[in-house]
Amino acid sequence: MDWLRPIESLTASDRKVAGGKAVNLGALARAGLTVPRACVLVEAAYREFVDLSGLRGRMLIEFNRKRLQQMRWEEMWDASLRIRHMFASALWPAEAQARVGTALQATFGDAAVAVRSSAPEEDTARASFAGIHASFVNVRGPDSVLEHVKLVWASLFSDGALLYARELGLDVLSSSMAVVVQELVSGDCSGVAFTQSPTREDQAVIEAVHGLNQGLVDGVIAPDRWVLSRATGEVVTHEPATRDRHVVADAAGVVVEPLPDAARTRPPLDAARLSRVWGAAAEIERLFGSAQDVEWTFAGDELFVLQARPITTLKAADIDPDRAWYLSLRRSYENLEWLRARVEDEHLPAMAREADALARQEPSALSDTELDGEVERRRGIYRKWHDVYWEEMIPLAHGVRLFGELYNTAMAPEDPYEFVQLLEGGSLRGLERNDRLLDLADRVGRATASDRGHDETALDPATQGELETLLAELGGTFQATPDTRADWVRLLSRMARRVRQPKVRRRERSRELEQRYLDRFQGQERERARGILDLARASYRLRDDDNLYLGRIEVQVQAAEAEQRRRGRAPADTPKDPEVSEELALTAAGLRPRTPADSAPADASLRARQLLGQPAGPGVARGRARVVRSRDDLFEFEENEVLVCDAVDPNMTFVVPLARAVVERRGGMLIHGAIIAREYGLPCVTGIPDATDQISTGDELTVDGFLGIVTVHTPAS
Amino acid sequence: MKNQEARARLRRLLQSQPLGVLAVGGTETMHATLVAIAATEDLRQVILATSRATRKFELMRRNPRAALLVDDRTNQVSDFRDAQAATAHGLAAEVEAGNMEEMRALYLGRHPYLEEFVRAPTCALMSIAVETYDLVGNFQEVHVLRVGDGLAASD
Repeated sequence: MDWLRPIESLTASDRKVAGGKAVNLGALARAGLTVPRACVLVEAAYREFVDLSGLRGRMLIEFNRKRLQQMRWEEMWDASLRIRHMFASALWPAEAQARVGTALQATFGDAAVAVRSSAPEEDTARASFAGIHASFVNVRGPDSVLEHVKLVWASLFSDGALLYARELGLDVLSSSMAVVVQELVSGDCSGVAFTQSPTREDQAVIEAVHGLNQGLVDGVIAPDRWVLSRATGEVVTHEPATRDRHVVADAAGVVVEPLPDAARTRPPLDAARLSRVWGAAAEIERLFGSAQDVEWTFAGDELFVLQARPITTLKAADIDPDRAWYLSLRRSYENLEWLRARVEDEHLPAMAREADALARQEPSALSDTELDGEVERRRGIYRKWHDVYWEEMIPLAHGVRLFGELYNTAMAPEDPYEFVQLLEGGSLRGLERNDRLLDLADRVGRATASDRGHDETALDPATQGELETLLAELGGTFQATPDTRADWVRLLSRMARRVRQPKVRRRERSRELEQRYLDRFQGQERERARGILDLARASYRLRDDDNLYLGRIEVQVQAAEAEQRRRGRAPADTPKDPEVSEELALTAAGLRPRTPADSAPADASLRARQLLGQPAGPGVARGRARVVRSRDDLFEFEENEVLVCDAVDPNMTFVVPLARAVVERRGGMLIHGAIIAREYGLPCVTGIPDATDQISTGDELTVDGFLGIVTVHTPAS
Repeated sequence: MKNQEARARLRRLLQSQPLGVLAVGGTETMHATLVAIAATEDLRQVILATSRATRKFELMRRNPRAALLVDDRTNQVSDFRDAQAATAHGLAAEVEAGNMEEMRALYLGRHPYLEEFVRAPTCALMSIAVETYDLVGNFQEVHVLRVGDGLAASD
């Protein structure tokens, strides 16, 4: 079968084999509009590729770890990253590579092309998939085109696509994708035309930028924006942008460059060109019989239509707000750098100041009425920072993903998570605190070894002072009360007796990997690669530290609420967003309260033997389980036990140095528990549903952090 | 997975599959063989029929410890996601005379075409008294169901 077909040969009945984008381009070409030379690799190529390479089975197993419906967004992101890596490392069957490569060479030679997704469901009025599937521009030569085709295919499983599939109830494994290979037109002015404005039916919108339209589509470059009357084509408004950068093709892709001075003051389109764009867009709308979203570019005086798709009928109100939020997590490097500056320079210092100011205000000194007001005020402050956390701090985590994708593309490592090694070893606040705690443990150990028991009176004033300081930082349920202090002294004495593990020395390996990574790039690209690594390190660090800052504010809310309770003025319940509780796990220091289901008597006739989660920290270890559900469980933790919990909260990180391995219900490679486990070189498996119900304290476990499997041994084995 | 769900899965599997792989042996030899099966409603017994001249009969007579694998694979790649398997572990013995009618009826209810074979004087109707089932799903997820405790009682 001929896998590579010219777009002019396609008709509407080819949508299933060639995808929406290709069929629409074919219709434009046949209607006489100027479109770049293009052909389509039909979807049969995808199906054969995933079958012959074994990818279909590997993906099946990947989605077997957990059904899509049960995955958290971080788990989707992890699955997506692993699948992208599978595609990138899979080899083309030799015969297909030769056959398609020869046809590509004959059509495009070594000319630069764009490689774009064209899934059958794409670009229909029902679902646009806009921005969900991948496109690559400025790709040269058949080998490189075929490599990029694999990455476009992999985008069928991008986290955005997985969310979309879940929302629409699509079976991702049965989906397929054709790919358009289109000659790159190096436009000097590009943009998008919406023949109908999303806000007014009688208006159209045209957006334009200098250079390639990649920057506009990715949201990196702000466009000039014209609103036109649909009836007359006359300009209603023109909003100029701050024109300082443009996207241009370089040796291997595109780069953002400063815009020459002359172009900064000149709108990308003059009146005549604006009129030509509107004329073409209106013609395309007539051709397809519905409002269209048209991408175009001017090369010299020639107007090229790059693609056209119906404006999806999905109203903004119909879009799942969660998905909209998830999709907003995919940010450009430039946007993330801006976010990073906001978080590091503004938000975190402001949160620290706010927490300090609250700490200075002693609730016990307030009258009853003042106290009620103070509780409300503190809750308001918490809500404000909670919103900032969701809107700016969590999205910053995408810095890690951006780097992961770049690293995997450039380095093609065997392990798709090798990139994490370049991020580790930084100064995580939780680890710094643990180091101080372990030093303190040694002092406590020496004091209590003098046989005065686990009594804080055995401690010298300096050690007591240090203990108080640490407890104040931990806050919440660990705050200083006589009981807590005794528990702490007991735990610290146990920590002091731990067998000293040699510190994991991965800095050297990390430096070596960093050098190899940077050596893959040259010139401006190298600087960008370095910048993305630096951003990822900040993003990794902040992902872990930011909820500590938010935790400090919550401690102050709790302190005021506790005072209210002490006076018999029960605070009104604050409605909790379940996702917030899940993500931050701030209540009760992150320990999930037992639900009625948890407290039901265990059924002795059924027990887990082997549980499947995500491999989140490499290594394998065998040890006795300690299921941590409460503060008391934490203080019972013994050296070399396997920590089993719902989610490792930053405030319970202190037991990790005693643990032999970590198992948790919450899934993800970059969640707090996984990060901390890897820092200590511990095997870690995350994302095991009902981990704390299926495993009991005392069970003998093998934690396989390579495969993501936890085996529960029978006593006899 | 909850007990109820485990039992339902197991029952579906045993009722949908006519065949299983019986593993028997001792310290010197191991033997695996495909057999026609039927399970009792309480899942505590799995019945199979064999000629007394077979190797499996001889091995079961010497060492009654047996394992029996039942699965619903289709030999497609989708099995790695969808296939369920259960391995019964227990002790095999010939069905006692007092239970013969009931067990033979159960067995022939599942496999009516084996009537002649089962009623032959050289055929032994064997029962595996199951102690546990290992249930495997999602490719690598394993739960152990002990059928002695409470399984039938809570049915």
